[in-house]
Amino acid sequence: MTDSGTPKKRSLSVICSKGSFDMAYPGLILANAARMAGVDARLFFTFWGLDIVNKKKIDHLHLSLVGNPSSPLPTMIAGLPGVEALATAQMRKEMERLDIPPVREFIEMLDDAGADLYGCQMALDMFKLTKDDLVPQVKEILTAMDFMDMSEGAQIVFI
Amino acid sequence: MSLEAVQTDAEGYLANRDDWSQELAMKLAKEFNVELGDEHWKVLNAARAIETESGSSPGLRKISKRADTPIKAIYTLFPDGPAKLIAKIAGIPKPKSCL
Repeated sequence: MTDSGTPKKRSLSVICSKGSFDMAYPGLILANAARMAGVDARLFFTFWGLDIVNKKKIDHLHLSLVGNPSSPLPTMIAGLPGVEALATAQMRKEMERLDIPPVREFIEMLDDAGADLYGCQMALDMFKLTKDDLVPQVKEILTAMDFMDMSEGAQIVFI
Repeated sequence: MSLEAVQTDAEGYLANRDDWSQELAMKLAKEFNVELGDEHWKVLNAARAIETESGSSPGLRKISKRADTPIKAIYTLFPDGPAKLIAKIAGIPKPKSCL
């Protein structure tokens, strides 16, 4: 409730900090679920999470099998050349079967759904990227402080 | 059936699907400040058809494909939580899909 007694609209802020194929989806799915339920949603892509909205990388994200205790493969085997690519291809196929859109299409869907996408200034500087390197759905480049300011009252999820 | 007589679950979804009629849908829509036009009906009918066939209440992606209506347009037709609004107005349960 606000001071005036009117109910405050719910909003969700998702911070996407990882760029592997399997870690890209949770944030996108949560933001999409929020929009479908009438909750405002914004996403902040930082550090490796920038890969999710990087024009050159968005279609080539990879599963992370090594160092992942949930991976069905022993680390020694997961680290062999080509294994990660094979597992990623298999997961893509399974997702296609379930009609889960590829990351690029998912980002378009979120934009259509009215979610706001932002890139992290510091991460861009660090990776020597500019806004032009990101997909057009990224609205603006922000500092972490800007993102905190616009997230006032929101539920924040860090992925 | 009047809005007062109709039974819903705790979250506001229709309790008995037999209670649903086009007239009731129009009344329900009005409650959510939605004036139903042809485009709305295309979406509602698609949602009902998928639910009848599969037995599972669909998310927006499936509805969008079936109704041949882009996601963006659905958000304009049913602002403020289209997945929930469509299910409530179409008289089907809360969607089981995250997409």
